[in-house]
Amino acid sequence: MSLLIGSTTIGLILALLALGIFISFRIFDFPDITAEGSFTFGAATAASLIVAGVNPLLASFIAFLAGMAAGAVTGIIHTRFNINPLLAGILVMTALYSVNLHVMGKSNMPLLSETTVFTWIENLSLSWSGADARTIILGWEVAVKDLWLLLFCFLVIVGFCITLWWFFKTNIGTAMRATGDNDQMIRALGVNTKLMIIVGMALSNGFIALAGAMLAQYQGFADVQMGIGMMVWGLASVIIGEAIINDNSVGFVILGAVLGSVLFRLLVAIALRWGLNPNDLKIITALFVFIALILPGLLKNKKLSFKRKANA
Amino acid sequence: MLKINHISKTFNPGTVNEVVALQDVSIEIEEGSFVCVLGTNGSGKSTMLNAVAGSFIVDEGIITLDHIDITKWGEHERAKFIGRVFQNPFSGTAPNMSIQENLALAMKRGKNRGIGWGLPASLIHEFRAMVKPLNMGLEDRLENPIGKLSGGQRQALTLLMATALKPKLLLLDEHTAALDPKTAAKVIDLTQQVIMKDKLTTMMVTHSMQQAVNLGDRIVMMHKGKVAYDFRGEEKKRLKINDLLTLFDELRRKDNIDTAVASMLADNYV
Repeated sequence: MSLLIGSTTIGLILALLALGIFISFRIFDFPDITAEGSFTFGAATAASLIVAGVNPLLASFIAFLAGMAAGAVTGIIHTRFNINPLLAGILVMTALYSVNLHVMGKSNMPLLSETTVFTWIENLSLSWSGADARTIILGWEVAVKDLWLLLFCFLVIVGFCITLWWFFKTNIGTAMRATGDNDQMIRALGVNTKLMIIVGMALSNGFIALAGAMLAQYQGFADVQMGIGMMVWGLASVIIGEAIINDNSVGFVILGAVLGSVLFRLLVAIALRWGLNPNDLKIITALFVFIALILPGLLKNKKLSFKRKANA
Repeated sequence: MLKINHISKTFNPGTVNEVVALQDVSIEIEEGSFVCVLGTNGSGKSTMLNAVAGSFIVDEGIITLDHIDITKWGEHERAKFIGRVFQNPFSGTAPNMSIQENLALAMKRGKNRGIGWGLPASLIHEFRAMVKPLNMGLEDRLENPIGKLSGGQRQALTLLMATALKPKLLLLDEHTAALDPKTAAKVIDLTQQVIMKDKLTTMMVTHSMQQAVNLGDRIVMMHKGKVAYDFRGEEKKRLKINDLLTLFDELRRKDNIDTAVASMLADNYV
């Protein structure tokens, strides 16, 4: 049970990553690989600031801004210099690797003895229900502390989801969605699509960096390698979300991304528990996304050939 | 109103794909006039429209709209004054967004888009009244994604969107060319109504001589990146399809003379 609670908590933290990927991939149709660098960038920024004694909430906010800056650079490289989106992302991601090493000064930065956002929550739990309090859920004994962390992450995600949903329903947010849907049309209606892409990529990577910052605080360390595979991970979450919630409206896709992230994390936790070699995790994630991408097309072909046979 | 002053444009200069699309074109269009632009394929008629819309920056010349020099303005900046309908019915609307969201985007053409709510209830009422005269039953389907509609419906909506806020200039780029004849006729009807109602200054590129003869108060015929003929007033009213065909034929024969003379000169002197 505590495994499930822990996985759900991480799933909720990584939902921020899924939201970022949702913005770049789904809203803008921009395969933004900056994510891999900005995730670590967020973690590194938050970790170094916390170690330097900065308030962890402020540190997380600065990590968010750092991610935004990275995303904006990708957006500018793409729009201003006409560089292919993938390549623009790769350039920034590669550059960020060095930046991250400089920010941390080493490849791994422990946070276990530091005060993080999660330490606050643990202290809150401590003062509320005493040390090592345990409770029974569905016949399983779990630490009350873990439930507090879960609740906290849940509330944070709900807050961000509502904010994001509201944003994409405003005039500027609607214009952003139109930029991804038909840029020629929205330019003819007076929107600077280049600016929209830059702002959109900044927003996307801000969320992704915040996910990194939160994860670093939750697991108690930041590592220069922690961003590897994160883009595919986020994409998997978004795809699962779309499969569960078959609705294209912004609100439901946002909800789907969060559910997808939690569900994917749970699936991975269960698979690992059953003896999946952790080294195989990334290849399985990649295969999963690959299958999810080709499946709709295959099913369509199957249906068509079935129809043809039925007609013949 | 609109002044096009000696503009030229060459695409892919210095390469094998070099195309001289516009050569020293000058036109002036008065407020409230409705100009039909005709021309053979590759004559530069769409290029001229795109030059005005800002799809690219011209190599030479000056474009002014209402005495404002817009030559170097970007496409989105010019959109403040210009409404557009494209040849491809898919180009003018965002397919995955609802009809009402598309219309709401159009209600903000060229204005600041802040963080106000994008789709206030008051607007939805207005939209219902806007699409009702189309007689397409769209007033009850405002929440449907626009991509599910037919090309004709989308083109009619694009026209509404382009003119929702009265533009100083309306640019129509063969906007019925991709539609079947019946739908095209409907969209042309609607075009005429909209233009008459608001007395819009309009440039319409068309390949249909029927449309050019029936509509508007001026015909500009383009050929090889230049204005070949320009008819207006009584002269335009008297023009028939046959006259236009004769003119096109004349242009073609002139071209043939060019090559014939060239080969003759080559035979005799080279």
